[in-house]
Amino acid sequence: MSLTSALLRSRAVAALASPHGVDRYLELVNPMWAAREVRARVVDVRRETDGEHPVATITLQPTSTWRGHRAGQYVQVGIEVPGARRTTRCFTISSAASAPGERFTLTVRAHAEGLVSRFLVEQAQPGFLVHLSQAQGDFCLDESPATPTNNHLLFITGGSGVTPAMSMVRTLLRDGYDGHAGRKVTFLHYARGPEDQIFADELAEIAAADNGVRVVLRHESAGDPLFSAIDLAREVPNFREVDTWVCGPAGLMERVETAYDGSPRLRLERFKPPVVTAGTAEGDVVFSRSGEQAPNSGASLLEQAEAAGLRPEFGCRMGICFSCTARKSEGTVRNVLTGEESSLPDEEVRICVSAPVGDCVVDL
Amino acid sequence: MTAATTEAPAEALRPTPSPEPGEEPISPNLPLTPSQLEAFGEEMDAIRQRIIASLGEEDAAYIRKVVKAQRAFEVAGRALFYLPPAWPLAVASLSISKIIDNMEIGHNVMHGQYDWMGDPGLNSRMFEWDNVCPSEQWKYSHNYIHHTFTNIVGKDRDIGYGILRMDPDQKWHPYYLGNPVYAFLLMIFFEWGVAMHDLEVENIVAGKRKISENAALHRGIMRKVKRQALKDYLLFPALTGPLAPLTLAGNATANLVRNIWAFNIIFCGHFPAGVASFSMEESEDESRGQWYLRQLLGSANITGSPLFHVMSGNLSHQIEHHLFPDLPARRYPEIADEVREICERYGLQYNTGPLHRQLLSVAKKICRYALPDDVAEVPGVSLVQRLLGRRKPAPVAVVPDAA
Repeated sequence: MSLTSALLRSRAVAALASPHGVDRYLELVNPMWAAREVRARVVDVRRETDGEHPVATITLQPTSTWRGHRAGQYVQVGIEVPGARRTTRCFTISSAASAPGERFTLTVRAHAEGLVSRFLVEQAQPGFLVHLSQAQGDFCLDESPATPTNNHLLFITGGSGVTPAMSMVRTLLRDGYDGHAGRKVTFLHYARGPEDQIFADELAEIAAADNGVRVVLRHESAGDPLFSAIDLAREVPNFREVDTWVCGPAGLMERVETAYDGSPRLRLERFKPPVVTAGTAEGDVVFSRSGEQAPNSGASLLEQAEAAGLRPEFGCRMGICFSCTARKSEGTVRNVLTGEESSLPDEEVRICVSAPVGDCVVDL
Repeated sequence: MTAATTEAPAEALRPTPSPEPGEEPISPNLPLTPSQLEAFGEEMDAIRQRIIASLGEEDAAYIRKVVKAQRAFEVAGRALFYLPPAWPLAVASLSISKIIDNMEIGHNVMHGQYDWMGDPGLNSRMFEWDNVCPSEQWKYSHNYIHHTFTNIVGKDRDIGYGILRMDPDQKWHPYYLGNPVYAFLLMIFFEWGVAMHDLEVENIVAGKRKISENAALHRGIMRKVKRQALKDYLLFPALTGPLAPLTLAGNATANLVRNIWAFNIIFCGHFPAGVASFSMEESEDESRGQWYLRQLLGSANITGSPLFHVMSGNLSHQIEHHLFPDLPARRYPEIADEVREICERYGLQYNTGPLHRQLLSVAKKICRYALPDDVAEVPGVSLVQRLLGRRKPAPVAVVPDAA
């Protein structure tokens, strides 16, 4: 930590910048100056695949406040989409483990419904500013690549779920893992077809090199088999005893989970896409903190919570005071004042004027 | 994409519904019938929807520009204290910074007016202002109590702030003879008054509230007071070395200027003559339309230039603010034209006037309600009158309605 950043993070400077905080002043001078918050500039956008849902790798130069990441972690990325609304989504970091302040990459597939992913892939230009969290998540390589053991490592990924595994393999190879230490790596990846294959060239290079990493690519369009325990056993006979990381579409994850039959060696990374429902007052409302659940009556979340016996904080009960704001973790709500519907996961809503549309989970 | 300035759709000019046969207005204070209120409420809702649909980059750019200006005034103010001859300029700069921070930024951001932007720096849940009152407590007493129960005597603690008598329905007590003095002191120490507001000292005195209920609030206030005092009265003065006493005096003056300005603007919001107050019975089970009507008739505007509106945090559009507290304040001027037009059609009063007139009206009220409705109740007055040989005092003129 440099003297400047130590000073900027000091209590004395915090006291001078009270109540707004140092970052609220620094950002006005230069958005890349920060004492605590993390932001980054896009320095490069490279297309990986084209087609209906193209994939791009975005290289980010973070502020000096970035603490680095472990291979397999993700980061929250907030961008201001047209209309001046900052929208935040999680993306896995695809580059090898980074040191504080070091550049890293995200590899993102543009989803039809994904405001942020579409923007990053199709519109982001070098110089564009994004807001970041620190790296998060425990879907990581837990051993140090610097002290290899002879554990066999297995990565099973599908589609854009390849990113955390890619970050782990890149870290291993960068940090001196060469396959001669007796550790095998199996990299099993499922993609729709060769044209949808992310990191195709790099995976081919890794496969060709003498490094102990076996790369197996399965392309649906070429008639390759879907995931099955039998197919996996051909590659890794004792797979239930092998440390395994799985990330991909829900169908793949389910099949892998079944195949592993509760083995503690399996690690899963799930993503939570926005769920868009038909717009009826059906389904169930789950209050996750209290564990209560009730059929959706169509009333406001506040009324439904009270009907379920909860006593959430509230004030005006008409959407003006924000006392009742709570986190909706899943599902769609309709603002009863404006009729506006929102399906974003982990969103703060005023429960007195939000009615669930279909299934909904609220932290209450 | 830009947020186009919204134009009133032609349908807003629909005819005002006349009362249905057999319908009565809610009360003399609320002169619309239930069916009229429903139509009135729908027209207000329509304005709200249209503005919400048009929120976008222009609003975001505006508030960011204001924040940038405020921070610039603040930094300039702090820096100018190093130049003793520039002391008045430093104080002016810092005063402007504190006024903008508290009013156009703080008050409005903490109403959630910019929450839709998703920017943590402009979010009602995160924002803290340059003021000794902790934002958390202010949001409760202001956003919830005051904005929900506006001008309901006995519920809205902003009627006289627990220390003044501002309404004939507040029972007179000899204590209120000091009304003008208390108002003056409240003006000078306004930020402290706002901070202590939530402690409900008057309810503790009246035995309706226990001191122990204040423990948590008290801790929050002390934490904020320490932080504010540390920077304004210790650290920044110390940083100017031998000029410390001047800097300290300058910081105190800036806080004072902000107090006086904020007090005056805020007192013009609900206390000018002609602003209605309401009873709890009148406001029981009220409809959305009636809630809008109460907000409209319980608030007053101040006319002025665009710069004046910014410096008042657009509280000069108190009526529009009370109708739509969570819409960005920069939209109030455009909303005002429509609200006035609706008021004309429904025959409702729209209370507005220049600052000096509204202030004079408020000052009169403060003095008038220092006295009981019948002046003879004041201890000693009847004795004096008897000595002067007048048996019956002439009634004090009731405050005239504002034009």
